[in-house]
Amino acid sequence: MGILAFTAMAVCVICLHFGAQPIAYGEILRVFIDAISRKEIDGGTSDVVDVILLQVRLPRILLGFLVGCSLASVGVALQALLRNPLADPYVLGVSSGAALGAAVGVLLGAGTTFLAETTLPVCGFAGGLLALVIVYRMAASYEQLPIHSLLLTGVILNAIFSALIMFITSILEPNRSYGMMAWLMGTLTAPTYGGLVGLAVYLSIGLVLLFVQMRALNVLALGEEVARTLGVDTERAKRSIFILAALVTGAVVSVSGMIGFIGMVVPHAVRLVTGADHRLLLPASALVGGTFLMGSDTIARTMISPAEIPVGIITALAGGPFFVYLLLWRKDRLA
Amino acid sequence: MSELFDSRSTRAAGVGSVGVLQPYPAYDVQSVRFRYRSRGSDATRWILEGISLRVQKGEVLGVVGPNGSGKTSLLKVLARVLTPQEGRVSLFGQNLASMTQQDVACVAGVVPQDTQQLFPFTVAETVIMGRFPHRPRGRWTGGFGWESHQDIAIAEQAMATMDIGHVAHRVVTDLSGGERQRVLIARALAQTPKVLLLDEPTAFLDLQHQVEICSLLRRLKETHGLTVVLVSHDLNLVGQYCDRILLLDNGQVVRHGYPEEVIEPDVLEAVYRCRVLVDRHPVSGLPRVTLPGRQLSGGT
Repeated sequence: MGILAFTAMAVCVICLHFGAQPIAYGEILRVFIDAISRKEIDGGTSDVVDVILLQVRLPRILLGFLVGCSLASVGVALQALLRNPLADPYVLGVSSGAALGAAVGVLLGAGTTFLAETTLPVCGFAGGLLALVIVYRMAASYEQLPIHSLLLTGVILNAIFSALIMFITSILEPNRSYGMMAWLMGTLTAPTYGGLVGLAVYLSIGLVLLFVQMRALNVLALGEEVARTLGVDTERAKRSIFILAALVTGAVVSVSGMIGFIGMVVPHAVRLVTGADHRLLLPASALVGGTFLMGSDTIARTMISPAEIPVGIITALAGGPFFVYLLLWRKDRLA
Repeated sequence: MSELFDSRSTRAAGVGSVGVLQPYPAYDVQSVRFRYRSRGSDATRWILEGISLRVQKGEVLGVVGPNGSGKTSLLKVLARVLTPQEGRVSLFGQNLASMTQQDVACVAGVVPQDTQQLFPFTVAETVIMGRFPHRPRGRWTGGFGWESHQDIAIAEQAMATMDIGHVAHRVVTDLSGGERQRVLIARALAQTPKVLLLDEPTAFLDLQHQVEICSLLRRLKETHGLTVVLVSHDLNLVGQYCDRILLLDNGQVVRHGYPEEVIEPDVLEAVYRCRVLVDRHPVSGLPRVTLPGRQLSGGT
């Protein structure tokens, strides 16, 4: 775990280096020492390098880390709860549900007011919860929904929600609909430090409550009836995990749009190393997910710099083929 | 052996303090009716239709019956996995419906039918999950963190009892059916239960392990006073190793009593709708069931 935390920090520094204009590591160090000696991180300088590093790159990288952490953690929790190693907020339609919620929020004017930072996560939460309830109802109406049927449910939900989102996009004014398109593709934009702290508090409440359930997740992963015989109040545990998952996904989607596959690829890869015990798997996945998204976003920022591509494209290009590989070649592990 | 249980079964279940467990039977089931909630066509069919039953402490009860007779559902009702619509189940005098799931899991360990596992838990990780019911209570972080040394010692003991210590760090999905079955029993033993509920525990086991598990259940009963409820298709196994047998058909009790009272040709023929032979086991003298051989249908 220490190694992972160290790697995350190292990757963070490397990501600071890359950008439209690479900044030398010595320079990064100097800017940080400066900022610490000034005792403020925001403003107070007109140095270009300072501004790029502290007001553009650092908040964006930290945002990427938070989002990656959250998506990977939610992925782990959903996989255990649905007993399905391919579950992921994106694949199951939870992300698009949350996006629909946020889009409705924008349509109703929430996005233009100063309330945007608080109302959009709530709208996203509502949409995500709706999607999760539908997916779970489908899964629960069978003893255990076969993996492919669960994926199909996700596909259908995604299709319906996307249609509604496109409808909303099409009736918005052109300049706002362009912003919405960019957001939907999954973009990290540098937030203000105030917004970043707010999001961090919101997400850490959700994640801490999720982490408390790690041992219960182990038992739930064995199946619901077994979990009951081992003393889990399954109805309560399920309800709280679903609500937390929707809460975190809603917040994440409302700031960064639809960034896919992290919730599936990362836990899978981490599970190969740590095994299935959620007390290792969940925190390790969170760290790896955060690191992975920081890296992906750096690629998104620099690949065709000075222009940027949405980071959702990078994660989908990395995750999609992995998903296909799992479906085709690891059938024995899934069926 | 029969005398021993006669004296116990005559004791009435009083309504004294819950702390003193002795006067209470392990399970007191009173006219329980259960059906699955309306889904599909047979929504109105009762799976359990008014079952009453008393399981004494330290008794090994075998539950038998044809497919769909409600054996497994009864076991799930006893484990509080399913909640009956009518009737009452008491576990050592306490109403099961008023206990928390965690309380029940501290008293009753369940060995479910083997289901496929998707996640690569190791044997040790699986067995130690049996300690989950004994997690600290009442805190919002309940269940967070790692097991205590005591938990680990108990899990190791359970693995040693089930002879799976050598595969402790293998992944459960890579084991043979018999080994997986023993892992599930070890997990239930790690719960340090007073009652062990088993669903077809010998279904995947070879002869050696069948005998081993059954002797183990007898031994646990004798050393720990463990009460065992065992669902099985194997009439002979149940006849040889259980103190009492419950024969179910269509969700109702057909017979409940000592092996010689239940394993009778006429009773079995009525329930299973086929003719069987019953004779005496050469060593134990208990009833033994044999399928009609070819000579019966052809020669005589």
